[in-house]
Amino acid sequence: MLIYALKRLLVAIPTLLGVLTIVFFLVRVAPGDPAIVILGESASQQAIEQLRQQLGLDQPLWHQYLDFMTSILQGDFGRSMISNQPVLQEVWRVLPYTIELTLAAIVVGIVLGLPLGVIAARYRNTWIDFSIRFFSLLGLSFPAFISAILLLLAFSIQLPWFPVIGEASYADPLKRAAALVLPALNLGLIMVAYITRVTRSSMLTVISEDYIRTARAKGVPARMVVWRHTLRNALIPIVTVIGLYLGVLIGNSVLTEMVFNRPGLGKLIVIALNSRDYTTLQAMLVIYAMVIVLANLLTDLLYGVIDPKVRNQ
Amino acid sequence: MSATSTLHPPGRLARFARLCWRRKAASAGALITLLMLLVAIFAPWIAPHDPNEQDILSRMAGPSADYLLGNDTYGRDILSRIIWGARVSLFIGVTAIGAAMVIGGTLGVLAGYFGGKLDRLIMAVMDMLLSFPSLVMGLLVVAVLGPTTLNLIIAIAFTAIAPFARIARAPTMAVKQRDFIEAGRALGYSDLRIMAVHVLPNILDEIMVLGSLWLATAIRTEASLSFIGLGVRPPTATWGGMIRDGFENMLDAPGLVIYPSIAILIIMVALNLLGDGLRDATDPKLRHE
Repeated sequence: MLIYALKRLLVAIPTLLGVLTIVFFLVRVAPGDPAIVILGESASQQAIEQLRQQLGLDQPLWHQYLDFMTSILQGDFGRSMISNQPVLQEVWRVLPYTIELTLAAIVVGIVLGLPLGVIAARYRNTWIDFSIRFFSLLGLSFPAFISAILLLLAFSIQLPWFPVIGEASYADPLKRAAALVLPALNLGLIMVAYITRVTRSSMLTVISEDYIRTARAKGVPARMVVWRHTLRNALIPIVTVIGLYLGVLIGNSVLTEMVFNRPGLGKLIVIALNSRDYTTLQAMLVIYAMVIVLANLLTDLLYGVIDPKVRNQ
Repeated sequence: MSATSTLHPPGRLARFARLCWRRKAASAGALITLLMLLVAIFAPWIAPHDPNEQDILSRMAGPSADYLLGNDTYGRDILSRIIWGARVSLFIGVTAIGAAMVIGGTLGVLAGYFGGKLDRLIMAVMDMLLSFPSLVMGLLVVAVLGPTTLNLIIAIAFTAIAPFARIARAPTMAVKQRDFIEAGRALGYSDLRIMAVHVLPNILDEIMVLGSLWLATAIRTEASLSFIGLGVRPPTATWGGMIRDGFENMLDAPGLVIYPSIAILIIMVALNLLGDGLRDATDPKLRHE
């Protein structure tokens, strides 16, 4: 197991370095001088020169590249172009909000998606199955900002069940929990759709396996066969779904935080975007990519734990 | 060389039509998508008003005989803006996915056909691209390059290349083992000719299925970027942009956000139905379901 883990870690490192390289060149192909972008067209030549020097833009490209790589690998993600504060400081401040939102959404996805998928598979090709499948198709079709707006209109405005609030109320844990409900439902919607689909199809695959037939033949009650034998073996693809769609989840969290006016990484991005704060944007993209690479690594390791065939490859 | 034509699977179009027929949901999806395309193409003739014409007296007015879905904050006709918005969304979506298909498909075929170091290099780069959340990646690309139609197409295509490369690679590796490829080699055909004439038609199905599913994603990304404020610049009508503009006033005039949302939902559901149906129909495991 340890060797398997080390091997996977060794594969993740070049991916991570490549990701950093892509981000570096992506920001450098920007037309126009970042120094002019920050200071505006009317800035004096002297000020621009000074800033270029400060940002290291007067160095040759390979030098800038090495600087960029070494500082990131040392955990220095640069300073915001606007506030001149270290980007990471701001990230740490809002990170808990995004983490609680994402975890809540995954919980929503599992709690609703798993039973729905099992029921759809159990009643395959009946109207129950078709309605569940249509529901999950609808879930996949909703852009996150539209579902967010509709939820806001329905449950905060038409029916004032949940608060429309800003950051100020987050000190009170009860209010904080209330403020989490709608955003978590919204972000969870797409997870429900994915998990329902995957659960349904993997249940259908597992149901036709020999060991399920054996269990049935032994006289194990139908409900036990479904919940204990089939579901347990259908769980592996669900781990994959969460890993696979983490990128979608991240994109949707940006939109969700924007519509519900929640603090978080997504809101940070939108603010950085509006103030053309490229260093923050760049750092956020790096952080997100790292999260995804790590999540993939964890998913693979989890496979190794669940399935001995994988780790002996 | 008449012998080569017998190597193709016969009647691709006929097979496609039969598959669509078999799947009613898929054909409904195809029909709605086609209708939307026609609306987009003929927008100038269908739209009852100029999408940018401002009727100041009817600002945020509800539906009326003259303005079927009402007017937006500048008094512009919402229906006409939705019709013109279809143009932007579908044009950007189709072009971006077309580009991703061609670039990703080519990379995947090259990787699968030649194998070895080239394969490892291409797939390693694709793995890196897959490590970025596509909306955030698109956001950075548009923020850096500037929000123009071309840059939106580049940004969205960029996020969709890797899946197409992956989907093209596996069947290429399988097709490569087949006898007719060996026969082509024996006849002295160049690698390029074998890939273009013999490998490509055999993997096109899978690429097209993925294309219809990714078209939905592309349209969603475009709408999301417009909603964030990185879409084609105003006053051009875009669905995401309309929702962004209407968001502030949605308490007074919910139609500002609801009607464009419905337009987006219709095309998304249609494309997902089409893509799902095609995937089920081309998946041999599900064919006899």
